[in-house]
Amino acid sequence: MIERTPILNIVTHLILIFGLVVILTPIWLAFVAATHTLQAVNSHPIEMWPGDQLLINLREAWAQSDFGPKFVNTLIVSTGVVLGKITLACITAFSLVFFNYRGRIVIFWMIFITLMLPLEVRIVPTYAVAANALSPFQTIMDAIGLTSLINMISGIEVALEWNLLNSYTGLILPLVATATGTFLYRQFFLTIPDELVEAARMDGAGPLRFLWDVLIPLSKTNIAALATIMFVYAWNQYLWPLLVITDRANYGMVVVQLSDLVPDQLTTGGGTPTWHLAMAATLVVMLPPIAIVIFMQRWFVRGLINTDK
Amino acid sequence: MAEISIRDISKTYGKNTIMQGVNLEIRQKEFVVILGPSGCGKSTLLRMIAGLEDITKGEISIDGTVVNALEPRQRGCAMVFQNYALYPHMTVAENIGYALKVAGVPKAARLERVAGVAKSVGLGEFLDRKPGQLSGGQRQRVAMARAIIREPKVFLFDEPLSNLDAKLRVQMRHEIRRIHNQIGATSVFVTHDQHEGMTLADRLVVMNKGTIEQVGTPEEIYERPASVYVAGFIGSPAMNMLPGRVDASRGAVLLDNGQSVPLPAQQARAANGNLVQVGLRPEQLFLASPASAQLTATYVFQEELGSGRVYHLQIEDIPLCVVSTEKRQMTEGDTVGLSFAADAVHLFDAKSGRRVARGTADRVLEVTA
Ligand SMILES: Nc1ncnc2c1ncn2[C@@H]1O[C@H](COP(=O)(O)OP(=O)(O)O)[C@@H](O)[C@H]1O
Ligand SMILES: [Mg+2]
Repeated sequence: MIERTPILNIVTHLILIFGLVVILTPIWLAFVAATHTLQAVNSHPIEMWPGDQLLINLREAWAQSDFGPKFVNTLIVSTGVVLGKITLACITAFSLVFFNYRGRIVIFWMIFITLMLPLEVRIVPTYAVAANALSPFQTIMDAIGLTSLINMISGIEVALEWNLLNSYTGLILPLVATATGTFLYRQFFLTIPDELVEAARMDGAGPLRFLWDVLIPLSKTNIAALATIMFVYAWNQYLWPLLVITDRANYGMVVVQLSDLVPDQLTTGGGTPTWHLAMAATLVVMLPPIAIVIFMQRWFVRGLINTDK
Repeated sequence: MAEISIRDISKTYGKNTIMQGVNLEIRQKEFVVILGPSGCGKSTLLRMIAGLEDITKGEISIDGTVVNALEPRQRGCAMVFQNYALYPHMTVAENIGYALKVAGVPKAARLERVAGVAKSVGLGEFLDRKPGQLSGGQRQRVAMARAIIREPKVFLFDEPLSNLDAKLRVQMRHEIRRIHNQIGATSVFVTHDQHEGMTLADRLVVMNKGTIEQVGTPEEIYERPASVYVAGFIGSPAMNMLPGRVDASRGAVLLDNGQSVPLPAQQARAANGNLVQVGLRPEQLFLASPASAQLTATYVFQEELGSGRVYHLQIEDIPLCVVSTEKRQMTEGDTVGLSFAADAVHLFDAKSGRRVARGTADRVLEVTA
């Protein structure tokens, strides 16, 4: 929609600026708070301009939260989620769009329904599965009487067990198992003309070859979009790591660490709240997602401009 | 070099039968054009030869091997698609060489062949471009090169020229024919454009609603159309059709409006009393003075062609066209006389729509078609 009226121009700009202010003010306040001493940050009225304590606060927050190893952990998990998600989404959508098999529609709808069940909703069963990833199989075996059968014949009690608590796998898998990416890919694959598929078949390329040589290169911008979304999503996870990781020393995630710095009744025990450290840590934790978005943005834009017909 | 044999092919989608009992023999090195209106099943037939579509019933063999169960790449066919179907992310060179890459041809040999083929279709300087940076004609050439490089036994074309402008279309038509002659593969070309069909084909296959109406050289099909449908489809403007009844005693067809068209005595005797359609091609009718004319019609309007004019006339309420190099001024309602040669008369059975044979030569053709 292109309108060329000056009044509308001004109004749209005002709306834009308003939105920007709403978004940027808290970040500005966090930044300002991170640059002051404990006394200054707790003074009234609150400081609106930066002080000179930024580096000191950053160093202090970094040390207190043990951010070094925690950043590595979070990076591993986020990267794992990104890679897992892209692979899973791509392969599932590939199967759903380009193959015609019995039950395809049913599978499609089952995947679709999981869209309505984000991790937070199914967190208790997910935890149960994470505690023993093989328990669903155990349940099935028990139900069909296989366990008792084996027990009767060989005298062995079958008890499958694969514990995912306190592991990267446990952190990553439940975040990978959602349908969003599958849908993104499906929508994209549906736009691929049939002729292109047929041309590849005539050229002798089998399905996997077609996926690798044609579909994946063509979906680069999709991958960039999905990678960005999933990285930020995984990076910001709080509830799930809090649940599955009890061994915080080895598997702690930055956001959970950050929450320890945020002063509340428990942590301060009535002392002066250390907002300057919490905000300094917040700045640090915010950086990787922002960097990823800025970096990936170039890909989105290139993808938008370079529309090959 | 290959011969293709299509035997009693039927195709159904679910409960829809879209093709039935199609038989066709395509000889080695022949250029066959499948012609028909959109939706008649041309592409489906082509895609069944290519292996992109399952064959519901019947058998297709290439070079004596039944290919029904073979994958496209095992059939030795290459295909040029209507929308070119180039890989958008690959350069021209990568597009052309992709089949070789899949086949595992080493890079050096591949590049050499790509360069050779690209040069032969005039793409030498565009090897590093992406398809998005090429014009329609150039993309078409890439699609051709991609087919040529595989050195196929059979070339399949699915309306490859319909996205080009008129001038380029003629140019590419010549190019396709040149390449066909040069390579000596068997070509099957699908189009709905009769000019394309007439000019390219060694033999034309005219299709109608999933069946073959007639097979023959362009000349045979123009001169002896096997049915009202073919007569109406080939030639432009379309053949004029006048309904009437054969009267052997007068050696003529009596038209519904009282006029008559003379027939050879033998033909009139054979079809005596039958309801028929008389076909007369617009370019085989001549304007004559009403007194000496074989038919008279009423003038409606005319179209300028530059080289001549199309005169639109009516006999009673049946429209009739005449194409003539003669340029005459007329006003609506004028009476126009028409004359024609005896062998310009085509006769079709009114009920079946099939051609009524004129003589022995004609009858032989009916059998082969
Ligand atoms: N995948 C399909 N499913 C159902 N009907 C189809 C399919 N493909 C083609 N058809 C039908 O088959 C008929 C012939 O199609 P097609 O061979 O593409 O015609 P043409 O190429 O002559 O225009 C059409 O009526 C079309 O609707
Ligand atoms: Mg078609």
